[in-house]
Amino acid sequence: MSQRPDAVVIGAGIVGASCAEALARAGRRVLILDSSFAGGGTTAAGMGHLVAMDDSPAQLALTAYSGKLWTELVPDLPGNIEYEPCGTLWVAEDEEQLVAVREKQRTYAEFGIEAETLSPTQLAEAEPHLRPGLSGALRVPGDGVIYPPNAALALVQRAIANGAQLREGTRVDAIGPREVLVGRERISCDCVINACGAEAAQLTTGLPIVPRKGHLVITDRYPGFCHHQLVELGYLTSAHTMNAESVAFNVQPRATGQLLIGSSRELVGWDGTVNRAIVRRMLDRALDFMPGLALTSAIRTWTGFRPATPDKLPLIGAWEDTPGLWIAAGHEGLGITTSLGTGQLIADLIVGATPAIDPAPFAPARVHATAGVS
Amino acid sequence: MTGLRVDFYPEIVAADVAVIGAGPGGIAAAVSAAERGLRVVVMDRGLEPGGQIWRHKAGAAATPEAQPWITRLAASGARTINGTSVVDVRPDADGFEIIAESASRPLHIWAADIILATGARELFIPFDGWTLPGVMGIGGTQALIKSGASFAGKRVVIAGSGPLMLPVAASLADAGANLLLVAEQARRAAVAQFATGLWRTPSLLLQAAKYRVRFLTSSYTTGTWVTAAHGVDRLESITLTDGRRTWRHDVDVLCTGYGLIPNVEIARLIGCEIREGAIAVDNRQRTNVDHVLAVGEATGIGGAPLSLIEGAIAGSTVGSVEAPSGHLLRRRAALVGAAGRMLDVFAPREELRSLPHADTIVCRCEDVSFGAVQGAACARQAKLYTRVGMGPCQGRTCMPALDFLLAWQADSVRPPVEPALVSVLSSEVAGEATPSFPLTSSVGEAYQ
Amino acid sequence: MPRGGQSRISIVINGDRVEVPAGITVAAALFNLGITALRMSVSGEPRGPVCAMGVCFECRVTIDSRPHQRACLTAAVDGMHIQTASTS
Repeated sequence: MSQRPDAVVIGAGIVGASCAEALARAGRRVLILDSSFAGGGTTAAGMGHLVAMDDSPAQLALTAYSGKLWTELVPDLPGNIEYEPCGTLWVAEDEEQLVAVREKQRTYAEFGIEAETLSPTQLAEAEPHLRPGLSGALRVPGDGVIYPPNAALALVQRAIANGAQLREGTRVDAIGPREVLVGRERISCDCVINACGAEAAQLTTGLPIVPRKGHLVITDRYPGFCHHQLVELGYLTSAHTMNAESVAFNVQPRATGQLLIGSSRELVGWDGTVNRAIVRRMLDRALDFMPGLALTSAIRTWTGFRPATPDKLPLIGAWEDTPGLWIAAGHEGLGITTSLGTGQLIADLIVGATPAIDPAPFAPARVHATAGVS
Repeated sequence: MTGLRVDFYPEIVAADVAVIGAGPGGIAAAVSAAERGLRVVVMDRGLEPGGQIWRHKAGAAATPEAQPWITRLAASGARTINGTSVVDVRPDADGFEIIAESASRPLHIWAADIILATGARELFIPFDGWTLPGVMGIGGTQALIKSGASFAGKRVVIAGSGPLMLPVAASLADAGANLLLVAEQARRAAVAQFATGLWRTPSLLLQAAKYRVRFLTSSYTTGTWVTAAHGVDRLESITLTDGRRTWRHDVDVLCTGYGLIPNVEIARLIGCEIREGAIAVDNRQRTNVDHVLAVGEATGIGGAPLSLIEGAIAGSTVGSVEAPSGHLLRRRAALVGAAGRMLDVFAPREELRSLPHADTIVCRCEDVSFGAVQGAACARQAKLYTRVGMGPCQGRTCMPALDFLLAWQADSVRPPVEPALVSVLSSEVAGEATPSFPLTSSVGEAYQ
Repeated sequence: MPRGGQSRISIVINGDRVEVPAGITVAAALFNLGITALRMSVSGEPRGPVCAMGVCFECRVTIDSRPHQRACLTAAVDGMHIQTASTS
């Protein structure tokens, strides 16, 4: 970049890409650095679910806001992001979960998110491959699915169209006050955004972000096999509880006709090898809900690392220990959804605009407060 | 509930030695090991033992070279499991657990030692129109003939490279095909040098001459390659060049391929060292992973006679400290030398790197064009942005081509190493499921 | 079982009942019937067998209502139903 950048975004995953896009759109000169290439890290490993999630009011606020931004943006994005407005079905296994479904519906209604309860008959009609005997489901029609690597790339390209520069294969060695060190190169700027996802803590010590490993399995093409993103209601428990290991039923129809089968959560550091035992458990869970999957052909498995925080909320905001440093990381399994809200929030905070949602619950400062306790 | 219930409990087989692949190398290994009293399981994707070179129609007799070995295999006590794809191999305390899919059911094989005899596949270099029905592999054509296809009266051109073209030309001629031309891309001088070198191995020269006699009425030319295939819904004609001029032939079938490349995916999954594209082995056919041996084309392209000797070495030494016989080692050394000379002669020429154009499809599973991947920094980036190599063949067709064209290295191998039913990858105690197929017919058609 | 080529079996291809020699693969049977397009590619191109040894997945057809079966690795069995791509 011939001119000094206003902002350096480290990490061209979907969160970094969104921050860069929002800042460039706000007129800032942006330099994006990535150790590999855009969308190649955790973003590439994700399912690409655009979902309203209500683990906490703050989470619901951020996911709902982001969902609205995606709906507005999608028409302007290229077809290779493979957006599918398939909606989500939160599947209830028993009466107890059905009570939770109704509660979830009320919560969503408060946020203006459309949702309807499906009876067992309606559920069977909507998704004939689910096993009989389920208690019902919550259908959230506004949710959707995208192909994350190309979505990240599209955001980066929009940033570039607004003057941003992308340097791939560039590993940042350190972040200083209003500067970034790449080998012997010192890049000075007004602000630095650490959007390194699960690796964010490697550049900013003190960030409570740990890698939470996940597995996915993708099948050959079976168009029409299922129509919605299917998630068991127990998913929230799997995602929320920081167990060493958990699985949940989660099947997604891709735009290609392929089926993406998840999900698993493990805390095993940075070991990215396929854990056959947990793949088996994950597929057992999927077969329990969708027995017909047994005869579909799985063509590939992969793993990825979600950037997990102790309170299940991302870190979005200024990092007071280092002047000019902002954090946009720790999105766990919701980074694809919440990337747009995060980018807009970061840009609004940096340029001094009023954010559309309250940024306080995401302020990294809360970490300092809890760090002293734990 | 009515309807078919399918049992997904795995069949479990325990063995001393599991041989993966039942071509000449795998059969020789299985026979040698089983005749020593070891419990041997040999598994193969094919419908009958024999691999590609010894392929024969189910129920029909094998060729004179193959039949004695197939008879010996049947008598050896080794258990042969056909129609079986290996999906995963994982080490456990006592050896290895091999997860396979056999007749749509999970098959788990526990074995103390593994002999990889995974063979080779053809290298294809994409050109315009190569995706048209009627454009086939050279070995693929041979396989189709051997599995019952009739080429009588078909207008055929073979254009590619390597010694495999000769026996396939002979088979096509025998089958009554109208074989218009056999075009070898290698230069005349190189091929002549190779032919001269065959004097050192008279049996190979004799064999080459015997093949040539069988298609004497067809032209054989060197320094010639195909640049395009034309047609609407199927192959109608091809364009050939010798580098100076181009011309067309009307054809029904084009057989193409640029030699063989070792199948090393299972070896890589296990963690075996791969050297120059082949599984690295020592003089006892041992890989760098304890209790994993490898034989045949997967350890370097050398032909069936070499595979047989390597199989015998592995089968006679696996699970023991016995040294292989000096006789076998000497014969292997002689054949390995001949194989090395062959590879140099038939290496694809530089001009073939410019065969694909920007809109030429390179990935046949996902229909990704060469232009879409050319700018990528690495294979992984191209895969993620374009889905090249992400289809059911798992990049086995396009990635070797892209290695040749763009020097891309294959990335990691993960289970399943071949597409597998979800039920095969799920738990061994998953029990039964009621299959939901058939779906409605309209949906079923969309699968195509 | 009689030697291949001697006895014949009956299979159903795209709704039509045909007789083929026992022991033949589905790929060879389709080839002999002049059915060159076995599947439609993801962008709608007709495709036929290439490697004929289970590697390339180009010869996938629907067999007995199960999609994505490799014709080259499947022996034709009496009564088998095979559905290939339909080209207009």
